[in-house]
Amino acid sequence: MKPGEHTLTAFENFMEGIWKQNPVFVMVLGMCPTLAVTVSAINALGMGLATTFVLVFSCLLVSVIRNWVPKEVRIATYIVIIASFVTVVDYAIQALSLGLYEALGAFIQLIVVNCIILGRAEAHASKHPPLTAVVNALGMGIGFTIGLFALGGVREIFGTGTLFGISLFGPGFQPWIVMLLPPGGFFVLGGWLLLFAWWKMRKEAKDGA
Amino acid sequence: MTELRSAPHERLGVSVESIMLNVVLALLPIALFSIWLYGLSALALLITSVVVCLATERVFNRLSGQSSTLSDWSAMITGILLALVLPPSFPLWMTAVAAVVAMGLGKILFGGLGMNVFNPALVGRAFVQAAFPSAIATWVPSYAPNRFHEFIPTTLTQPLMIPPDITAWVKAVSADAFTGATPLAMWKFQHQLTAPEDLILGIATASVGETSAMLILVCGLYLALRGMLDWRIPVGMMGSAVILASAFHLYNPDFFPPPVFVLLSGGLMLGAMFMATDMATSPVTPLAVWTYAILIGVVTVLIRYFGGLSEGVMYAILFGNALAPLLDRSLPTRVFGRRKPWRVGS
Repeated sequence: MKPGEHTLTAFENFMEGIWKQNPVFVMVLGMCPTLAVTVSAINALGMGLATTFVLVFSCLLVSVIRNWVPKEVRIATYIVIIASFVTVVDYAIQALSLGLYEALGAFIQLIVVNCIILGRAEAHASKHPPLTAVVNALGMGIGFTIGLFALGGVREIFGTGTLFGISLFGPGFQPWIVMLLPPGGFFVLGGWLLLFAWWKMRKEAKDGA
Repeated sequence: MTELRSAPHERLGVSVESIMLNVVLALLPIALFSIWLYGLSALALLITSVVVCLATERVFNRLSGQSSTLSDWSAMITGILLALVLPPSFPLWMTAVAAVVAMGLGKILFGGLGMNVFNPALVGRAFVQAAFPSAIATWVPSYAPNRFHEFIPTTLTQPLMIPPDITAWVKAVSADAFTGATPLAMWKFQHQLTAPEDLILGIATASVGETSAMLILVCGLYLALRGMLDWRIPVGMMGSAVILASAFHLYNPDFFPPPVFVLLSGGLMLGAMFMATDMATSPVTPLAVWTYAILIGVVTVLIRYFGGLSEGVMYAILFGNALAPLLDRSLPTRVFGRRKPWRVGS
């Protein structure tokens, strides 16, 4: 830790990923799964939880072995660790829910290349003790899940008129097909980013005044 | 007192407001004719579209702390144009969605009038085309006998609900065999040609404002004669479409329709006169304008002939809009005194 740097409390460390550094709304990382699998709330939650699992355990392991990994081969080491946990998740989802597994498709395997995970391993876990790393990773994972859910929920409500498969508007609902198509993902993500940017701007204006 | 100002020094004396007001005036006959053809439903469609467009602009004005920009008439134009490119039976709640998307996504988020990349009305139309593909392909006959007494059943669909089936209603109001397809769809999927006089007079099935090719031409000519639209765009767009269509027609007259059909059917006329000529979304330099117009005409014909959709004007214009800034930059006017770019050596 550099001198003069503010030491985060455990709670602040946890909230970092949920709010201040939210992977979806603030850092805009991991956009491929964010846009691709969020056609329904359940897909979004499944993807978010799978990523959280991989994130937490990868960061734990990376943090534990951080003093023994030579600098030159660290990225390769992290990838091997992440890939192992992704394999675990891949089999687990396949065993628990084949429907979800088929809905998420290749994006489960692609968690390996999710830049949030490698980014956290490199930027945080490799420099902090295991407990701090896990708390931070958990916050990031939950923040990512919230982001995916925010997209998946809106797209499912408009695209099929349901939330978690429960009909909200009755049988005569006119689905907005576009919301289930790729442009819908971009529209909803853009809408959320706009909302967050607007909110931030207002807060800064208020703080400045 | 001496005033120091940078160029331009000569002014035409025509404000944005007066040009926009004239566009509104030029659109009015088309709107009135569509009400004559489709009655109450077309009227309700126009009112909904205009009111929601104006309200959306006002709300965004307030949110961003600007003064109201309603008085420049541009939101009104978007409202009218949007209603003109929707089918007459389109449910009003979907029209409202299209209007909010048109103004919000198509215009205000880019920074308002003059900043938008795409024609706002077409952004709204493209959104509802992708969102509600079946509602936007439901057509009704013009001159329904009871059109001034009652709405088309789909018009007053409850918000968020599927519009009711109108097959029985259509059968009851149409005298002859009404197929429920636009001339372009009839050519594409059933290989039937509509008579050109029907297209000119507006008898053929179409969107609210695409009906009478002649009326659109006259209204567009008014603007062109007053110097309020760039005549190169309609000329280039229709010219290129006709030339390309003629070439295809000569190559295989049995399969490809005659060029007159391509010119008069669908939204080509309306698009060429009022959509592609939008000053904010079309290029500026003459060479870029010609390229832009010809490109839109060619893409329209290609989509109509070889694409999955029967009509391609909307996507062609949006495509042209996207390229407009690039065309302006790569085809600038030669600065006076500069060497011609293709001449090498001293």
